Amino acid sequence: MFHRFIRTLASAALLGAFASPALAQDSKVADELAKYREALADGNPADLLEVKGEGLWSEKRGPKKASLEQCDLGLGPGKLEGAYASLPRYFKDTGKVMDVESRLVHCMVTLQGFTVAEATKNWYSRPGTESDIEALVTFIGAKSNGKPINVPATHPEEAKMAKMGEYIFYRRSGPQDFSCSICHGQEGKRIRLQELGNLTTKDGAGTAMKTWPSYRVSQGAVWTMQRRLIDCMRQARWPEPNYLADSIIALETYLQKTATGTVMETPGIKR
Amino acid sequence: MNNQRRTVLKSGSGAALLGMLAAAGIITPGMALADWNKAAFDAKSMADTLKALGAGSPADSKDVQVTGPDIAENGAVVPVGVASSLPNISMVAILIEKNPNALAATFTLPEGTEANVQTRVKMGQTSNIYALVKSDGKFFMATKEIKVTLGGCGG
Amino acid sequence: MGNPMKIRAANKDGVTEVKVLVSHEMETGQRKDANGAIVPAWFITELVAKHGDKTVLSSEFGPSVSKNPYLAFKFKGGAKGDKITVSWKDNKGDSRSDEATIG
Repeated sequence: MFHRFIRTLASAALLGAFASPALAQDSKVADELAKYREALADGNPADLLEVKGEGLWSEKRGPKKASLEQCDLGLGPGKLEGAYASLPRYFKDTGKVMDVESRLVHCMVTLQGFTVAEATKNWYSRPGTESDIEALVTFIGAKSNGKPINVPATHPEEAKMAKMGEYIFYRRSGPQDFSCSICHGQEGKRIRLQELGNLTTKDGAGTAMKTWPSYRVSQGAVWTMQRRLIDCMRQARWPEPNYLADSIIALETYLQKTATGTVMETPGIKR
Repeated sequence: MNNQRRTVLKSGSGAALLGMLAAAGIITPGMALADWNKAAFDAKSMADTLKALGAGSPADSKDVQVTGPDIAENGAVVPVGVASSLPNISMVAILIEKNPNALAATFTLPEGTEANVQTRVKMGQTSNIYALVKSDGKFFMATKEIKVTLGGCGG
Repeated sequence: MGNPMKIRAANKDGVTEVKVLVSHEMETGQRKDANGAIVPAWFITELVAKHGDKTVLSSEFGPSVSKNPYLAFKFKGGAKGDKITVSWKDNKGDSRSDEATIG
């Protein structure tokens, strides 16, 4: 955000006197928004969900009365530290590139005996209906806090997904002829008062990806990356992909690859 | 706080106990809220709320501070705090002028608890936030405007 | 009973700072559901914090306290290892108590 300021400052200087009052206003607004975000950071309601997720992870559940403790998220059965930061990745046992959510559902099905429909029924929460997946992903995500994102996408299947994600990112579609890149492919854009990250750079993609899953105060719920991206599609007036669709996993692979090296700060909290 | 409520709180399974009492017809759900200042929380305007709190028309005081950002990115969660250097503060309240009901919360501070409380409130729109404190039995107030913005997509 | 609260309490220079996060919908009673029906108000009305047996804060909330309420306050005294208990009850008669140790 600070960098963007410097740039704004420089361009304002070029524009001369007319730009100055607006600039003063802009930087004051940004300062106050920073203050707002800072005040929320201590006491993130996502922490409540993380505790719940921890319980769900080790609880024996489902027809097979098994816990998720043997779930392999890519680093070996039950290995959670840094697992989220290394997803999506290719899994030999399924022959697919999977993200944290598709892999989690896979574990709920294979280890606990749930059907896919049962496991994904409440993949996101609504007022009064809690989501186990939200809680579990918050818990798994937090186990990568402080770890660098590491999705080099070197396996041919991962490389293919990253390429597909990049294609989707730039593809214009829908009634508004919109693409992700129109809002997220340049520096210094914003919608209303909110800066839009340039997701084509390591810095921009890193700033975005490191804070998910994230508590959205406007929704009163933690959003997973699947929910974030599916809702992006909706906002771009595209048809909404199904939960766990390959198109979403492809976008995640592209974004995580771009963000690789950025240290995770999760769970986040945002507007 | 009455004794019955103390017992309920201590038991740690208040819901079950309240449920039993209610089922037995001993108390009604309404009675369980006997201590809650319904009149103050139901009041709509600032004036009616102050009246229900027994605060009349409090004097403005520079020794009372409302803390919070000038701008909130979302009205659903607005961090606000009240602090004061006035002596013997026994009560602190947060009021939001333009909300459907002005009163958000009251805090009773026993001796030893500092007049420095932070919480998070909902704001329907840009509004003045008022901090009310009771010091040595007298009421004082301070205010701050917080603007509520419409945000983007919350990347 | 709701989900557990998250309570943090730390003593510094003889003053204990307590931070509480509560899991609660805090439904205002003004929101409509998809069918246009009003979602009934459901919110915490009272929250009490104790240091041992001594009440250090008692609060009353209205529905305009945010979902998953957050509260921070300070009191004189308290020592590492002492117990802090926070209890709430809501307008439906549900309630919950959780404990933390001063660190």
